[in-house]
Amino acid sequence: MSIEILARIQFAFTIAFHYIYPPLSIGLGIILVLMEGMFLATKNVMYERMAKFWVKIFALTFAMGVATGIVMEFEFGTNWATYSRYVGDVFGSALAAEGIFAFFLESGFLAILVFGWNRVSPKVHFFATCMVSLGSMLSAVWIVVANSWMQTPAGYHIVGEGMNARAEIVDFWAMVFNPSSVHRLLHVISAAWLAGATVVLSVSAYYLLKNRHQEFAKSSLKIAVVLLTIASLFQLATGERSAVGVSKNQPAKLAAFEAHYDSSSIAPFYLFGWVNEKEERVQFGIAVPKMLSFLVHGNFTTPVTGLGAFKKEDRPPVNIIFQTYHIMVGIGIILIIIGFASLYLWWKGTLFTNKLMLKVFVASVLLPQIANQAGWFSAEVGRQPWIVYNMLRTSEGLSQTVKAEQIVFSLILFTVIYLLLFALFIFLLDQKIKHGPEESTEIPSEYEHQKQIFAS
Amino acid sequence: MDFVGLDLNLTWFILIGILLTGYAILDGFDLGVGALHLFTSTDSERRIMINSIGPVWDGNEVWLVTGGGALFAAFPAVYASVFSGFYTAFMLLLAVLIFRAVAIEFRSKQPMKWWRQMWDVAFSLSSILISFLMGVALGNMVVGIPIGSSKEFSISIAELLNPYAVLVGVTTVALFMMHGSIYVVMKTEGDMQNKIRGWVNNSIIFFAICYVTTTMATLLYVPHMSEPFKQHPMFFIVALVGMLAIANIPREIHHGREFFAFLSSCASIFSLMALFAIGIFPNFVMSNISPEFNLTIYNAASSQKTLAIMLTIAIIGIPFVLAYTISIYWIFRGKVRLDSMSY
Repeated sequence: MSIEILARIQFAFTIAFHYIYPPLSIGLGIILVLMEGMFLATKNVMYERMAKFWVKIFALTFAMGVATGIVMEFEFGTNWATYSRYVGDVFGSALAAEGIFAFFLESGFLAILVFGWNRVSPKVHFFATCMVSLGSMLSAVWIVVANSWMQTPAGYHIVGEGMNARAEIVDFWAMVFNPSSVHRLLHVISAAWLAGATVVLSVSAYYLLKNRHQEFAKSSLKIAVVLLTIASLFQLATGERSAVGVSKNQPAKLAAFEAHYDSSSIAPFYLFGWVNEKEERVQFGIAVPKMLSFLVHGNFTTPVTGLGAFKKEDRPPVNIIFQTYHIMVGIGIILIIIGFASLYLWWKGTLFTNKLMLKVFVASVLLPQIANQAGWFSAEVGRQPWIVYNMLRTSEGLSQTVKAEQIVFSLILFTVIYLLLFALFIFLLDQKIKHGPEESTEIPSEYEHQKQIFAS
Repeated sequence: MDFVGLDLNLTWFILIGILLTGYAILDGFDLGVGALHLFTSTDSERRIMINSIGPVWDGNEVWLVTGGGALFAAFPAVYASVFSGFYTAFMLLLAVLIFRAVAIEFRSKQPMKWWRQMWDVAFSLSSILISFLMGVALGNMVVGIPIGSSKEFSISIAELLNPYAVLVGVTTVALFMMHGSIYVVMKTEGDMQNKIRGWVNNSIIFFAICYVTTTMATLLYVPHMSEPFKQHPMFFIVALVGMLAIANIPREIHHGREFFAFLSSCASIFSLMALFAIGIFPNFVMSNISPEFNLTIYNAASSQKTLAIMLTIAIIGIPFVLAYTISIYWIFRGKVRLDSMSY
């Protein structure tokens, strides 16, 4: 295998594994804010118990996210040295902002969130929870900005030639608000909320099915259902905006989403299918005729630019993008259906007793995870063969001195470590869930304790 | 913001130096606690060791992450050349960083003896390896790297482990052991504190031997590091302050003023990092092929515009970072007490 393919496999593997955890942190973070907020508003200790239980799950996913995230920051330099020199001037300020604004914020206040229950008052604890949640979303901001700049570069100019060429920033805000960053960011954040909501949904439904922690599970489930429904609709809206943006800024990627080759034809929207890349057509597919034209242009008569308009060497691989994109869209629609079905059952009063729905909830935790991975695959593979769209090819971004066997060695190293970590993560998660929440908040906080002393 | 008249390259050299020094001081005691971890015997002592750094180790590691990010942003050519050139070494470093993070997180999650012993060993060995590898990296930057006109180089693990770099690596382990032992004395009480107070003296002796050896080796074998001190003798004050700080540690420990001993230890780390920075300035990476290939703070930097934007970001961000770092250390001040939230 070529060094380029090996380096891409390594990056894809390490980032895909890392990306299991940050969406959970962002999603659970917002749920913790809701739970602790309800506790402060209602003084119902049920909400405090909920928060204490979910903080433990949060801490576990956060630790995994940090451990696997350090790799990402350094992998640009190790495997993609030419790319790093090329984009450092632009990309770097986003990364530096992420470190200063986001990482310090979340890791600092995480200490209070996890270890501070007995050391600070509930209000200060709530503030810390809000800051951790804010920090986790801010880190998404800067990473998505940097990635969006690679999709739709803006606010830069090119200095130097050949191996010494590099992009330099001319307008910081044009770089930050490049054409794709805002709707992609919203899409990523609400996807993370879905990941968090379905974890709570899944665990709560599991308790209800097992007849354990009934009250706890019902309250958690309600919060998760509300978040799921709102986020899934928001996801549809931001997804649509993103796709329209892609059609303007990266037409080859949009054409690959739908395996649309012929620029003169009015484009259909496939529900599923299999792309025969040699014959440039979709097999075994079912499509809504003219729908893609409507989504992109708002009418059924304007053709959509097809892959045929691009030279072969400028086209991304089609079938993998087609499949991952349709998996993402399909799951998005299923989540919306689950959201509305839950609201209906809630209204009917059978949300907590409908066995089938509870089983769907238990399984639902996998859906946003699969959709997140699939969505990122279609976004990143869709950018190929460019590492920075229309500016630098992926094959040109590699480190010059790194050899294939070095990459194979590190790839094996990370595969072994990550498989081990994943097994441990699932094992500990399973144990925490089986153990369940503490039956009472048996450790009254020092603050509460002092209040009792003063009251008596 | 405009920073007219300010040498932005120099400013960022100093700021990255401060970030990495902050990392060495903060994560230094975490790593030192890890390096000493296996010297404790009972489970509760080991839990106290881990929980002494429990709420802060994660935040401390962010200094490294931010330092790396700032290096990428301000000096992309250094980031690209060093990380691809030290490929295998960095991959090993990343692997042990991961192991250490999960060892802390997983250790106390199961009661089985073999489980805890396994993660104890992982925690301790990875802490020692991380300290050692960072020292080796620093040592290699001092002796120089085979970097030529292509700006990229490749260096094997065997070449990395040259005697001078290994010496710096061992010195780093010793330094962090001393720093960590003082920190644990601050965070413990009773019998455990008395026991660890004994370790402080041993680790000071260990560090002092390494320190003197490294200093002699530097003067003899890498004379270019002492050039700036010959040209500007006032820099010698930094070395003097460092030595006084180290000498002050046993005195403070003897009088039971652990906090001042810890401050002295921080000052000694600060002075060592400053000596390193003065020695290599204005280079980041010194070529051992020819000085014309050195990566300096001027030829390896981002544009003036980016450096100015980053400085604006830093000026806005740093007060916040300092405010909540200090608040968190304040909230978790005092001796370690194990409760149901502990590791």
